[in-house]
This record gives sequence, structure tokens and C-alpha cells, in this order.
Amino acid sequence: MADTFVPIAPRPAPIKTEGLVPWIKRNLFADWKTSLATIVFLALAVMYLPGIADWAIFHAVFRADLAACQAARETGACWGVVTEKYRLIIMGRYTYEEQWRSEIATALLLALLVISCIRRFWKPWLAPLWVAVLVVFFILMRGGVFGLTVVPTDLWGGLPLTITLAVLGVVLAFPIAVVVALGRRSHMPAIRSLCVVYVELVRGVPLISVLFMASFLFPLFMPAGVSPDVFIRVLVGITLFSAAYLAETVRGGLQAVPKGQVEAAATLGLSYWQTQRKIVLPQALSIVVPAIVNNFIGIFKDTSLVSIVSLYELTGSMTLALNSDADWRPYKIEAYIFIAIIYFAFCFSMSRYSLWIEKQVGASKQR
Amino acid sequence: MSAPPRLPPKKRDWSWRSQAFRALIYQIVAVAVIGFAVWYLAHNTLLNMAARGIQSGFDFLKEPAGFDISESLIPYDALDPFWKAFLVGILNTLRVAIVGIVLATILGSLLGVGRFSRNAIVRGLCYTYVELFRNVPVLLQLLVWYLLFTDILPPISDPLSVGSLFFLSKGGFSFPVPVWTMGQTLATLGAIAGLVIALIYRYVTMRRFELTGRPGSLYLVPGLIILGGILVGWIAGGAPTEWSVPKPGDFQTEGGASITPEFSGVLLGLVLYTSAFIAEVVRAGISSVARGQSEAAGSLGLSRGLTMRMVILPQALRVIIPPLTSQYLNLTKNSSLAVAIGFPDVVSIANTSLSQTGRAVECIAIIMLVYLTTSLSTAAFMNWYNRRSALKER
Repeated sequence: MADTFVPIAPRPAPIKTEGLVPWIKRNLFADWKTSLATIVFLALAVMYLPGIADWAIFHAVFRADLAACQAARETGACWGVVTEKYRLIIMGRYTYEEQWRSEIATALLLALLVISCIRRFWKPWLAPLWVAVLVVFFILMRGGVFGLTVVPTDLWGGLPLTITLAVLGVVLAFPIAVVVALGRRSHMPAIRSLCVVYVELVRGVPLISVLFMASFLFPLFMPAGVSPDVFIRVLVGITLFSAAYLAETVRGGLQAVPKGQVEAAATLGLSYWQTQRKIVLPQALSIVVPAIVNNFIGIFKDTSLVSIVSLYELTGSMTLALNSDADWRPYKIEAYIFIAIIYFAFCFSMSRYSLWIEKQVGASKQR
Repeated sequence: MSAPPRLPPKKRDWSWRSQAFRALIYQIVAVAVIGFAVWYLAHNTLLNMAARGIQSGFDFLKEPAGFDISESLIPYDALDPFWKAFLVGILNTLRVAIVGIVLATILGSLLGVGRFSRNAIVRGLCYTYVELFRNVPVLLQLLVWYLLFTDILPPISDPLSVGSLFFLSKGGFSFPVPVWTMGQTLATLGAIAGLVIALIYRYVTMRRFELTGRPGSLYLVPGLIILGGILVGWIAGGAPTEWSVPKPGDFQTEGGASITPEFSGVLLGLVLYTSAFIAEVVRAGISSVARGQSEAAGSLGLSRGLTMRMVILPQALRVIIPPLTSQYLNLTKNSSLAVAIGFPDVVSIANTSLSQTGRAVECIAIIMLVYLTTSLSTAAFMNWYNRRSALKER
């Protein structure tokens, strides 16, 4: 009697773990607690989001129309204040006919900043390029040569001033920071303690006290008759402030370079400065690029403080634009949201870059 | 024929080829340059001050300040001397910093832990919060909150209220407080006594657990002991039940206790901003704990909550504490931005004094001294705590 072939029953298909539905099941309705949270949050969204959307978009006034804004006072946002004042908010008090100069100069600075962020361009010629662009930047902004009319620094303002202060504050602080970081790891006790005292002193006080110092004490420090304008004073203050923070960042990078590198350099007969320049700093700095970007974000946000010592960067020029016009003053909250979005766009994209470059730098270390 | 080997220079050689000698010269030059710079600046300052007829010295601290301060923890009026005005400012700074640190730690930890939630909405909300609040300058946030408190809220005479007990208006937030009598004093003493007993009880339970492995109650019984202490003190003081309830008036809210819009604005801004950073610190700390640890805890049968509390957090704390310290210091330093919205902190008082007396050097020196002292002492305390929670290897 021949055996008849009887197939065994098929196994059930494996549970589907890819795709939208399993993701929702796993992340939103895993057990009764997560399901409850999901339902509560969805209910809150249904309750409040339409109201917010109504205020911000559907009932909002986008034209610079004061009467319409007043009519929509309780129900909708008045983005008209931005339409009306955006130029004053973004460009500050810079002479109106000359604002193209401020725009070009800032665009140039930003372009160089973006180039400096790409690893392919981390070459020795970047430093002289920075010097050249800064010279062009100041000629464009200040004028006085090539037939450009002079725009004194106390008229500089808005977003260009924010970017200028942040970029210059970090770029000028960088050489100081490297020297101080090396000094803090030096074997010479006097130099080491000078660097420690500088770093700890500056990091222990708020930026605003440094700005007060730049604003009130700096004129006293100078010899009689010499009084640099407020922009230079504030720039010196911000530079010295960010140098202390950058120095700590750079020191972290120096510590991460293995001791064998320095010893190998000594075996080759390199001097101290040759070792630092050719062996230690290139490795240390490439490690700390993400941290330096984070420092830059911090300084970028901190520039908003200079409005307290009467320099009108983005926050200051916005306050100035609204306080000088009683008609539009009631719509401050919309203007606040507008510049908050500008700050957010800059800081968020830079922090994304910081994460990305961290992976890039880390990738070269992996074998 | 080989030349005799050249000996390296001796360590104490008076020659440029000696490293020790070079180091000495470098240091002398560095100190001389810095010393000269400091002397030059000081010299200029003295000359300038003499030329402009600015007086110097800290003797002005004894003179009457002549300005009012809108809120103060200690009694103060315009006739009081400058040093008292500065003291008011320092107390206000400390008040906002301490309350802010506590609240920011709680909110930040919740947000940081929330990044690991199994619910995608919670994760997304925590992520959005962190990115939103840490990428906008804290000064702008303070201005927004202050604007909300002063512009959007209803006037003092017509406040928002919850059950006629809590009132929220342009004048700030008012809430009822018990009238302070003997009962409250005794209850406070009872709470302190209860706390001491509870701590001793907790220590003993902990020791017994470590020795025998028998678990005891670490939260419920100590909590009951403290509650009992309060109750005993309160009853011993005659069980007072009188409350001072705020009553809204036309110009100010009478009775109860209140928080000014300035204080609320500064506090809210600082807490929301700093908690975004603390959340990132906590997240980094938790994700630094190896995955095997939570898997091992799971295989021992610990629940998710217990795994977090007993296994993950103790290990994460070691990574968390150093950056957390710098966030605390940042919060304290950022409290100086209160000057922008008129909260009378030490910077604001110094600013007013500066414009009244013209003694810029002294006033700025006071600001720096206050912040340096708080920064260094906070750092010292957190270093001590860090050593305590550091890895104890057997």
C-alpha cells in the first residue's frame, strides 16, 4: 500500500513589522497606557489646534492695514505689522538708500561662513580669504572710500548686525582661544595660571556684565581723547567673552589627542610650535568642530543682549521699530514671533549642521 | 675617529638652549606684559576719572539710595542705604535662580525621559519642545512672557479667577496663604523634626536592606513621619485654620500672597529655556547607559519604572551631573537678563545705582563679584555631589 503524500499545514505568516499600520500599533497603541496617552493628545489637538490655526492663518490680517488689524483684534493675528515694518526690523536704522550695501556685505559673510562649513574647503587659504572678505565687508558696511557714503557704526542694525557680531565675535576669538587653550595645558606655572584665571573669571560672570563693562568702563580704560565707538567696544567685549568659552572647547579637543602623537613628533625632532601646528592642532580642531558650532549658536543667540547697551541688532531694531510707532505697538506679539522664527531658522539649521559634521568627523576615525 | 658626543645642555644652564631657562624667560615676559597692560588700564582709568571729576571708592554704599524697589524679600524703602538696595537685589537674584533651578530640573528631567517614551506623540512633543525653546534667544523669550503677562491678561480690577481663591491679572498671580500664627511656626518646627526622623529611618532601612536584602518602605513611611510631625505641631499650636484670601480691588489685589508679573516673566522664561537644555543633558545621560543594562533588568523581572529608577538613572546620573552643573550656572547667569523687563535683580539695582552715582567701576565690580561667588560656590557644591554619586568601584 503506497503512502499518499499529505502536506503538513502551512505555518502562519510572520507578524508584519514593517509599514505604517504595525508602526502605529507599536508606537501609538502598544498597551492601554500608550493608547490612553495617544487618545488624550489627539483630543487636545482637536480641541485647540483649530483655534490656533484660526488665529494664526484664517482670521489673520496679512496686509499692512491698520483698520483691518484693529477689527480682527480679538480673533486673528495681525501679520500686517511684519508687512509694514519688516524692512526696519531686518535692516535696522541703516541708511535706507544704502541698504543694498548691508545686504551684499552680509550675504558675502554668510557665503564665506557656509564655505567654511564644508570640509573640502578646510585648506590653508581659508584664513587669508577670511581676512580679505572682512576687509571688503567693512568697506561695504562703513563706506568712506570708493565714493561710498559713510554709514557710521551706530546706524548699523538688524539682522546684518546680529550676524556681524556673532561671526566676528567667534572668528576674532578663535586665535585667542587657541593660545589660551595651549597656555592652560602649558608646563609653565605662571602662564598656566594666567590662562586659568582668565577663563574662569570670564565664564563665572554673565555676558551682560561684560557688556556693561564694554559700555561704561571701556572709555575710562582708554587714554584721554581716545574713545572707540560703541560697536567696537561691544565687539571687543563679545570677543573676549566667547574666547573663554571657545578656549575650553579647544582644550577638550587637545585632551583628546593621544599622547603618542606628541611623543612621535618629539622623536622626529619637531619643536613645540611645529608639533602644535602640524600634529596636535589639526587633529584637535577637527574633533571639536561640532562643539565650536554649538558655541557659535550660543553667541548668535547672546547677541540679542547688545540691545541692552543700545546697539540695535535684530531684537533691538524690532523693539525700536514698534516703540517708535504708537499705531502698530499693540501688535508686538506678532513681531516677536516673526523674529523668533528668524532666530530659530538660523540656530536650528546650524545645530543640524553640527550633528551632521559630528558624524562626518567621526566617520574618518572609524576603520 | 669620531667626535666626542655632544652632551645635552644641563637643566640649570644659563643658556638659551636650556628649556628651563627659556621657560623662565617666557613666563617673566608674559607676566610683565600682562602686568603692564593692567597697570596701563588702571592708570588711564585714574587719569580719566580725575579729569571728569568722578569719585571712586565704596563709601557710597552707606549713603541713602534714594530709589524705590518694586519687590523685596526684606523691608526696604528709598531712605535705606545702597548696601541694603544691593542686598535686596542679591536676594531677588537668588530667589529667581533657586526656584528656577528646581523647576527647570523637574521639567527638564520629565522632557528628557519623555524622549524615550513608547508613545510616538510624547516623543515628538518632547523633541519639538526642546528644539523650539533652545533655538530662540532667552532674552526674546523673557520679553514674550512679560508681554503676555502685561498686555494680554485682564486688568487688575477684573482678574481671571479660579473659585474666588486664585486670581490672575496684569498685577500678577495672587493666591491665598494661611495667616501666620503660633500654629504655623510649630508646624514648621514639626516638619523639620519629622524630616530629621524620616532621614534617620530611611538610612536605617537602607542599611538593613543592604545587609539582609529585606526591602523596607523608603517613601511611604518617611512621608508619613514628616506629615505626622507637621500635624502634631499644628495641633499643639491650637490648630489655626484662618486663611488670608486675596480680594481684587480697583488698583491692587488686597490680601493673600502674590507673584509679580516681572518675577513670573523672568521665572517662566528661564525655566522653559533651561529645561530644554536639561532635557538634552538627561537624554544624553540615559542613552549613555549600555543597552544590556536595561535588558538585564528586564530579564530580572523589573518593571519599566523600576528599571528606570534602580538601574538606568543611577548610572546615567554620573554622566548627567557635570553638564547639569553648567546648566544651573547658565540659569543663574541668565537671570541677569531680568534687567530687560524691570525685575529688580542685582544687575538692575547696580544699573540704577550706576546711573545715580556714576561709580561705574564699583557697581560693575559688585555685579561680577556676586556672580563669581554664586558660580564658584554652586560649582563647588555640585563637584561634591558629583564625587558622591561617582562610580564606587569595589
